[in-house]
Amino acid sequence: MSNPRQQLADALRAAFADRVDSVVVGFNEVTLEVAADNLVAVATELRDDAQFQFQQLLDVCGVDYSQFGRDEWLTEDASRSGFSRGVDAASAGRLQFGDELESLTPQGRRFAAVYHLISYAHNRRLRLRVFASDDDFPMVPTVTAIWASADWYEREAFDLFGILFSGHPDLRRILTDYGFVGHPFRKDFPMVGNVEMRYDPERERVVYEPVTIEARVLVPRVKRQDHRYLMDDQEEAQDDA
Amino acid sequence: MPEIKNYTLNFGPQHPAAHGVLRLVLEMDGEVIERADPHIGLLHRATEKLAETKPYNQTIGYMDRLDYVSMMCNEHGYVLAIEKLLDIEIPERARYIRVMFDEITRILNHLMWIGTHALDVGAMTMFLYAFREREDLMDMYEAVSGARMHATYYRPGGVARDLPDAMPQYLESRWRSSKEAGRLNENRQGSLLDFAEDFVSRFPTYIDEYETLLTDNRIWKQRTVGIGVVSEERAYQLGFTGPMLRGSGVEWDLRKKQPYEVYDKIDFDIPVGTNGDCYDRYLVRVEEMRQSNSIIKQCIQWLRANPGIVISENHKVAPPRREQLKADMEGLIHHFKLFTEGYTLPEGEVYTSIEHPKGEFGVYLVSDGANKPYRLKIRAPGFAHLSSMNEMAQGHMLADVVAIIGTQDIVFGEIDR
Repeated sequence: MSNPRQQLADALRAAFADRVDSVVVGFNEVTLEVAADNLVAVATELRDDAQFQFQQLLDVCGVDYSQFGRDEWLTEDASRSGFSRGVDAASAGRLQFGDELESLTPQGRRFAAVYHLISYAHNRRLRLRVFASDDDFPMVPTVTAIWASADWYEREAFDLFGILFSGHPDLRRILTDYGFVGHPFRKDFPMVGNVEMRYDPERERVVYEPVTIEARVLVPRVKRQDHRYLMDDQEEAQDDA
Repeated sequence: MPEIKNYTLNFGPQHPAAHGVLRLVLEMDGEVIERADPHIGLLHRATEKLAETKPYNQTIGYMDRLDYVSMMCNEHGYVLAIEKLLDIEIPERARYIRVMFDEITRILNHLMWIGTHALDVGAMTMFLYAFREREDLMDMYEAVSGARMHATYYRPGGVARDLPDAMPQYLESRWRSSKEAGRLNENRQGSLLDFAEDFVSRFPTYIDEYETLLTDNRIWKQRTVGIGVVSEERAYQLGFTGPMLRGSGVEWDLRKKQPYEVYDKIDFDIPVGTNGDCYDRYLVRVEEMRQSNSIIKQCIQWLRANPGIVISENHKVAPPRREQLKADMEGLIHHFKLFTEGYTLPEGEVYTSIEHPKGEFGVYLVSDGANKPYRLKIRAPGFAHLSSMNEMAQGHMLADVVAIIGTQDIVFGEIDR
């Protein structure tokens, strides 16, 4: 008996064959990767096929992978360079107005929409990931016709990441202000924003000005293999027991 | 014959029945809603982006501020995601404490809901009653964490500290006589568990009081029965979870179906509605309060009998005890590293969900192996519920919109994030 996640993964592979890019099981969760062109067909089948029956779309999450894996402080050289070194780098957290960031991902792997599905009939979950093939004009087909709850979630992903959902009935901004410029959750959008607003008593209206505050991050982004020790500890504990 | 045109009405964001900062643009035909367009985001604080620039533990405090009437449940969802990626074991006692405080939080949330929902519909007394009980529950929060609302009590690996042996007491003052203070301190003589036990023994009679006021109340029924009906099929489609889904007749509760912590060892029932209207959701939530009360009772019994540690001994994740920090070099190093740099998670992505008082609260965490999340997505139940406003309100009268906002249990902290 293989575990139920593995069974689901096998069933998905069998059912969709080459229409899906990959099926991965990790941390006890199943992730399905689909090309944007196949999304609607695969999603419809996932909802309607009796062996899957994913009746509900719980969440749509935009992700910007452009800085994935970048850290600010090389821990191998830690003894020769201080902690303060981490403060210099212009990376996602501490961008200033006008700074630009280089994408670390190849074209077509920057923006993804991640869907979380649940099947009440089978008591299972599934994650669906779709990459937008064009970084400058990220576009993914909408699934609002399959799951009505996608409406606002897609609006949110559009607002925060600028992912366009083609065919969406009402793709307006949802969380940011009326007239907001830019997509704030992109990694190249500065943490402190681009504009400040205040009421100008002379002109008797609200005015927008460039930000005056400075981006400040106290703890650098660090990658370590700490969890390596963690795993060792656990193995020791198991040996002792 | 004058020509009658549709009328566009702006509801909120400053409106007492908007439960915070909801702006609704309503297209009306006379007093009937033709289209409802909620405008949200007025409380958007970009919690998820902030989290990307902070070590994992510093974000726990932000979780309290999402749904600010069910604070610890939000923390729970977040902490579970980290624990799943780290794959660490947490002590049994911490699990029971978490379950107990999740249920205390559920009662807190439902009291807030019943108070404001009833107030919106016209029953002032409920609001006062509900806040009387919330006071005691917040005292429990305060006793355990020092804060009445934003507790930051759950930590990866367990909870911040053990339950206190003594409850804080009221003092005599110019405006409170010693007799009055003594009366208030009557049930605060023992430990937190004694105080909680006293509360759970009293609480069922309070729920009876609420039900006496509402359940058979003619006005209450006129305002809620048959209002905002959602079928089972539509509930799935619209992304409903929690009491909203159960009100439509789906027997689904993550505490039973995908148990986390120690819910599989605890005895409780899931109330389910039949009609999917506001009244059924009311009944479901009231019964949930009774069930939570019984869960708390079971947790108290277990916690009394089983003392022990409440946070993991793995000091790569959880801080060492004060004595270790003072006397042991290792402890000092662990403490320093943990509170400056934090810990790193293995590369990967997880989605964890808990049965939050409002529905399924999910946390999707993407880690690239650093000490900060690469992407954190919070799946707030209220967001999906509010998105159904157009469908639920269509064809109803203007006054029913208020009842629907009430039944959806909207809190803007979590919707706008």
